[in-house]
Amino acid sequence: MNRLVKIFISLTFLMLAFSSLNAALTIEITEGIEGALPIAVVPFDTSKVVSKLSADIAKIVSNDLNRSGILTVLSREFLPAKPHYSHQVKYRAWRAAGQDYLVVGRVLEKSSGQYEIQFQLLDVLKQKQLIGYSIPRKRHNLRSSAHEISDLIYEKITGIKGAFNTRIAYIRAQQNQGRKYVLQVADTDGFNTQTVLESDEPLMSPSWSPDGQSLAYVSFENRRPEIFIQHLSTAKRSKISSFKGINSAPAWSPSGEFIALVLSKDGSPDIYLMNIKTKRLKRLTRHRGIDTEPVFSSNGQSIIFTSDRGGSPQIYEVAVTGGKPRRITFEGRYNTAVSVSSDGKYIALVYGDAGQYKIAQLEYDTGNLIMLTDGSLDESPSFSPNGKMVLYASTRGDNSVLYSVSVDGRARHKLSDQAGDIREPAWGPYKKQ
Amino acid sequence: MKLFNVRSKFLLLCITAVFVTACQTVTDEIIEDSTVIVGVDQLENEGFGVSSGNTGLDLTALEGGSNSSVIAIDDEVESAQAVLDNVNSDIDTRVIYFQFDSEKISEDSLRTLEAHGDFISTNANVFLRLEGHSDERGSREYNIALGDRRAQSVRRVLLFQGASVDQLETVSYGEEQPAVSTHTEDSWSKNRRVDLVYQVN
Repeated sequence: MNRLVKIFISLTFLMLAFSSLNAALTIEITEGIEGALPIAVVPFDTSKVVSKLSADIAKIVSNDLNRSGILTVLSREFLPAKPHYSHQVKYRAWRAAGQDYLVVGRVLEKSSGQYEIQFQLLDVLKQKQLIGYSIPRKRHNLRSSAHEISDLIYEKITGIKGAFNTRIAYIRAQQNQGRKYVLQVADTDGFNTQTVLESDEPLMSPSWSPDGQSLAYVSFENRRPEIFIQHLSTAKRSKISSFKGINSAPAWSPSGEFIALVLSKDGSPDIYLMNIKTKRLKRLTRHRGIDTEPVFSSNGQSIIFTSDRGGSPQIYEVAVTGGKPRRITFEGRYNTAVSVSSDGKYIALVYGDAGQYKIAQLEYDTGNLIMLTDGSLDESPSFSPNGKMVLYASTRGDNSVLYSVSVDGRARHKLSDQAGDIREPAWGPYKKQ
Repeated sequence: MKLFNVRSKFLLLCITAVFVTACQTVTDEIIEDSTVIVGVDQLENEGFGVSSGNTGLDLTALEGGSNSSVIAIDDEVESAQAVLDNVNSDIDTRVIYFQFDSEKISEDSLRTLEAHGDFISTNANVFLRLEGHSDERGSREYNIALGDRRAQSVRRVLLFQGASVDQLETVSYGEEQPAVSTHTEDSWSKNRRVDLVYQVN
């Protein structure tokens, strides 16, 4: 009887694993990383686990760390040994393999469906443990514990808080029977997808609330653009803007109190601030040109936006109290769609030149502009909450797919997918502990 | 009783109920025996009213200029609908195309829009939704604004042509609903457009 139950459990589990695999985006490494710190991640010991695990924790961690651009993970086939505890490690072999760091770990099954994931990060040169954790977890949360481990390793080595264990939102457009638009959220590696909203009419511009609980977005479900806010866990939603003309480009303030948005109710598209509670509006720009794509600066004191008031689309900044906007991009004829890093030092944007659209990073203080991507139709940059990676959409071949790039432009990874166009990624905030 | 704004010098009316089903658009060349042609030139300054008389007919004036054509039908709604359904009418072109990052209307498109303007201004029961679109290049939200600007640009021409504000609605889809979904110059030129979507009440 017991055995039957076990078989049944592992069967259902396998099916679940399969279905989630089919639904997921898959990561594909597209660029090598030179000069990154070498680290080896040994497959975790799962011999104490009765039912088959869906998640290969070491593999998830390896993919995360590779995407950072700061670390480069040794390929599995080159591992000199497969220890699971620090006391089993023979450091000389790892030094010979050219590794600076080593991660070992194991998954223990405490009771049915209750796991404990233990891992240790070891410094190969100093021959000592840097950190070691034991994480209790339920089976369905294994992927997120893997991302948590990636964050702990990343932070220990770089001193920067990791952002792997966060969520991303994006729009998927499918062409099966007529067009279908789906707003989805997923883990940062594209797995663990959840559908927030489906519509036959376009969905656009997802924006995370600072607490990560809600999304604002644009929906054409009433055959015109309107802005909605939707709470993710309750699916409760409300329409916050439905004026005549354009209601678009919502962006949450760092305090969560305001939403910056674009309205054309008074003529041409201009930037407004809305108090979410009172719905009171304050008009921030007043120009007959196009003003759009507002985002808050990291301190919430100004709005950075796109405007073609100077003849071609460029990036401007205006104080939330109003006043005269100041132009901040001068290089190139086409600069749009910004994302601001959490420390306020960098702005990612779409840089268009000679018919090519790439993601570039602008240093706020110096005005220095560096190209991060090499596509020809790249758009929608979105910084990770630690400001070290940028997620963006790239059209290559027939479809638009999501890529991540490290802010030095060295590590570029694709999240590929079979079904439809994936676009407008928005990287969510850190999860609340 | 409906009043129509008669702007053309030579406006012809053909009045026959039988004719309606036989031929939806009438031009000077194809007027048949059964039609009665009335010159309304002399009515220009006072406008003219059309009402259901003994014959139970409504008259609808349509289309100015030298190439004017007028249809008279027993029901005004059908009349406008008949013109809309006619693939040979002057308003059969329902898409206006644009250059990259531009809302400028070409000479050709201007002529097309003049025909639409005349049609709308003479058919109070007709409503037009102007759906602005862009190609996929550049950012999506900027393209929403660009599509809106194109729709507004078309709207201005139609208002100038005599359409009333209440008859026109604009919406921008940006790059979200391409006419052609491949990624070439040719597809892009087909996607930078304003679709004219009619509704007859």
